[in-house]
Parts: sequence; C-alpha cells; structure tokens
Amino acid sequence: MSRPKTQHNPAMVFNTTPETPLKKKYCRFKKNGIKYIDYKDANFLMKFVNEQGKILPRRITGTSLKYQRKIALAVKKARHLAVLPYVADGLK
Amino acid sequence: MAAKKTTKEQVVLNDYESVIIFTPVLSEEQLKDAVAKYRSFITDNGGEMVHEENWGLTKLAYAIDKKTTGFYIIYEYKAPAEFVAKFELAFRRDERIMRFLTTSLDKHAQVYNQRKRNGEFNQNKKEKQQEGK
Repeated sequence: MSRPKTQHNPAMVFNTTPETPLKKKYCRFKKNGIKYIDYKDANFLMKFVNEQGKILPRRITGTSLKYQRKIALAVKKARHLAVLPYVADGLK
Repeated sequence: MAAKKTTKEQVVLNDYESVIIFTPVLSEEQLKDAVAKYRSFITDNGGEMVHEENWGLTKLAYAIDKKTTGFYIIYEYKAPAEFVAKFELAFRRDERIMRFLTTSLDKHAQVYNQRKRNGEFNQNKKEKQQEGK
C-alpha cells in the first residue's frame, strides 16, 4: 500500500506532511457542470498543459476520461489555430 | 445530395463554426471586403448566418508563414453538409487566408456559444485571467 505520488501535484502542494489527510481529486467538469470545452479560450486551456505546452495527464488534473478526451481535442484544435503553441518553453 | 433536395423543406441544415486567420498585411478595407465576401458566400450557398465574431489583429502562439500576428474571424452558421467542402476550397484558394478550421457544433457547443454571446461568461473570464497570471 503506497500512497499515490503527491509531490508533483500542484493541487496538493500544501499537503506535504503525511499526517494531513490528502485532498481528494475531482473532475472539475463534472463538479461544475461544464459540458463544452471551448478551443478558442486560451486562458482556460492553459490549465491543462504544462510549461512546455504538453497536455497534462488525468492523474494530475483529476479530469474524468470523458472530459480528458474533449480537452485533448480542444488543445489540438487550439494548436492548429495558433491559440496555443505546439512547442514552448516557460509557458507559465 | 439529390435525395436531400427534393423539396426545400427537406434540406437538412447543420451547425458549423469556421475560424479563419487572415494575414496581417491586409488593410482595414481589404479585411472588411474579405469578411463580407465569405459572409455572402455562406448566405448565397444555402446557409444561414448565426453569428460573426472579429477578434481583430491577434498575436499568434507561433509564427505562421513568418508572420506573428493575424486577423481572427469566426463565423457561426447553419448550412447543408455539402457546403463545407465548397467553403474550405474557397479558403484554400485564397492567399489572404493563413489558417482555417471548421467544426461542427453539438448541442452543448450551441448552448455555450449562445451564453457567451449573452455575456454570461464575463465574470468567469476575469477570474480566468487572474488565475492564468
């Protein structure tokens, strides 16, 4: 029984000591009832890519599979339209 | 195609959204002409305009054809399925267009666009910008 990796998760930065209970990850789309991900909204998509412009995995963002697929598609569309970069350095 | 158009009522119109990036070398007048040209292209070919958005001169995330800015124009329209191929062929032939993307809109996308037009997301946008920085 090993704990899931927590030190890389930006949402759990404050839970570094083992005594404090881990905050449960959740899917923000299911929680907030977001049905459509706009590929033109660069600020929003920024939350799902890392500094290099790569799409973050589900295990870090907590997104459900259904919406992870939609995110991936939206990010790829945004890249085509030069809303997001294909490759970047120090995006954030 | 022929089967769909036996009577006028039977033509099925789907919802689409096209984003076009025009080169930044165009003058204001030329851009206006180009935007009007494609708007009439939609209406002349059996489509219906729903909404049009102009982002103006916007910075690109990476250079396209050695240009770092472009004019973003977004058309939201209803059109028969055969229309999209014609529309995109016109884009490819047009040297003023650097990049384009046509997407079909599902029901959630339409609701989202409608709400965005009504300005329901302004509050969210401010929050997003703060979080982004």
